[in-house]
Amino acid sequence: MTELNPYIPFLSEITEVIKHTEIEYTFRMTFNGDVKPGQFFEVSLPKFGEAPISVSGIGDGTVDLTIRKVGKVTDEIFENYVGDTLFLRGPYGNGFDIANYKGKEILLVAGGTGLSPVKGIVDYFSAHPEDCKGFTLLVGFKSPKDMLFKKDFEIWKKNINVIMTVDYPDEEYDGNCGLVTQYIPELMIKGLTDAVGIVVGPPIMMKCTISDLLAKGFKEENLWISQERKMCCGIGKCGHCKIDDTYICLDGPVFNYTKGKFLKD
Amino acid sequence: MGYQTTTEKMNAIFSDLSKDYLIYAPKRFVGDGTFTSIDTIRYGEITDLAEIEFAEKSDYSFKEVLLPISETLFYFTENEMKEADAPKKGAIVFLRSCDLHGLKRMDTIYLENGAVDTYYKRLRDHTKFILMGCENSFENCFCVSMGTQQSKDYDAYLKVDGDTVLVDSRWDYLDTALTDATPAPVIADSVTTNDTVVTIPETVPQTLFDAPFWEEYGNRCIACGRCNFVCPTCTCFTMQDIFYTDNGKAGERRRVWASCHVDGYTDMAGGHAFRNDKGQRMRFKVLHKVNDYKRRFGTHMCIGCGRCDDVCPEYISFANCINKLNTLVNDAAKEEN
Repeated sequence: MTELNPYIPFLSEITEVIKHTEIEYTFRMTFNGDVKPGQFFEVSLPKFGEAPISVSGIGDGTVDLTIRKVGKVTDEIFENYVGDTLFLRGPYGNGFDIANYKGKEILLVAGGTGLSPVKGIVDYFSAHPEDCKGFTLLVGFKSPKDMLFKKDFEIWKKNINVIMTVDYPDEEYDGNCGLVTQYIPELMIKGLTDAVGIVVGPPIMMKCTISDLLAKGFKEENLWISQERKMCCGIGKCGHCKIDDTYICLDGPVFNYTKGKFLKD
Repeated sequence: MGYQTTTEKMNAIFSDLSKDYLIYAPKRFVGDGTFTSIDTIRYGEITDLAEIEFAEKSDYSFKEVLLPISETLFYFTENEMKEADAPKKGAIVFLRSCDLHGLKRMDTIYLENGAVDTYYKRLRDHTKFILMGCENSFENCFCVSMGTQQSKDYDAYLKVDGDTVLVDSRWDYLDTALTDATPAPVIADSVTTNDTVVTIPETVPQTLFDAPFWEEYGNRCIACGRCNFVCPTCTCFTMQDIFYTDNGKAGERRRVWASCHVDGYTDMAGGHAFRNDKGQRMRFKVLHKVNDYKRRFGTHMCIGCGRCDDVCPEYISFANCINKLNTLVNDAAKEEN
């Protein structure tokens, strides 16, 4: 039997577009198959190229891809998505394994679009709060205008502890301000030796958050991160995402911190 | 099995084979080098053994046969995609022992690390490899240090001496074609020493990733990527979409060679990049060749052909770098004790 050509994408229909901000939309795409939060698809736009986009939600026969308009491919997706289709390849990468967090006290810290790859975890524990000892979502956005998943936050707030903060508030905003790390000292974590921390966001945010969580008493083996790199192929060939002996696309993008701390570009 | 035959007979056999195979070998391209009166030795199609450059090392490796510099993956029009056709003919590649070891490195990435690469496999499955011996070591070669000076994984070994050709065949087709030839014991020429000797540090601690040692390379390297392009084990690529000016709805997706030394290699959408410093890119490449690849796959990636040292316009020596790194690692270990 000849193996399937892994480079040829398949057509997926856009069933819904959820606009969060001017430059960040969630595209709900038809997809039947196993997929985990934190895995990614190569979104393919012939003529423009491909972009690795992480799964921000998993539905019945659909996956959500939250896309920020910041590059050649994503600019074009925003221009031409209306009532249309996109080509996809994937899912790729290991993703987050919900089983690793069940029965634990969970702190999830996300920065901006870093919330996308972990949103599936929040969705799960918001729907099944009895599956963990406690769930705190600590999330930071640049400004109120940059907030993602507003409707989801309304649901999450009912079931889990949500702390949201923005770096740059505007006139109307009356919530928390400042970086996510400001809110770590005051967090009440009952059992630090078993508590799980999941941290996803820009490199500098992850570095500072991890350092604060370790200082707070979290154990390295209970911390999880997800890395973002350039990925042309998603299947361990093109080399762009390699760090040391690790291919982010194959071995990651999700890493336990005991491994993740050794990833030096 | 070993045979002694003539160039005439051998050329006739290759002529027959050329119905099913394109035959690639290192050839001298007179005056085609960087400067006036400088030749280039690189791979090209041949029809006669006389065209093969046996006496010198090729400036470029054979890798472009299996991993073309620019390779069309598929064609697209609107919602249709069509996989690019495979070449109609297979390939026969003349190469030296070090490069044959390089082939294994390519196989590892393209056939074993993650999904099987359709395009590589379909070329690889129809390629035969003919070993060229090395009577002497060339400048900058350090195959002995890397343990790649001999290889048994060939379909045939071939040595031309005047009108005489010695062949060691492991290919049924050749055995049949050479039925009338004189049986002879044929052992592939290989070197036992090189002028360049490298000692690879067992492990390189991460604390040395930021050592001032790398800054020297940051100051010298001009990020041209030539070392990557001549390396038989550098296999990275970047996707590239093009479309036809006569019909904007149709085009093709290609992959083209990429270099970890060249700007843009790690650029992500939004502009963030890693390893902006050229010294850090050197560290990334060097440690991939002689450190982290081995940790993942069990052998060093570098095969000691020395082409990177031959080609560098800044005279950066990869071999010297490894030796200096080894000293650095040993010194660091001593300091700790």
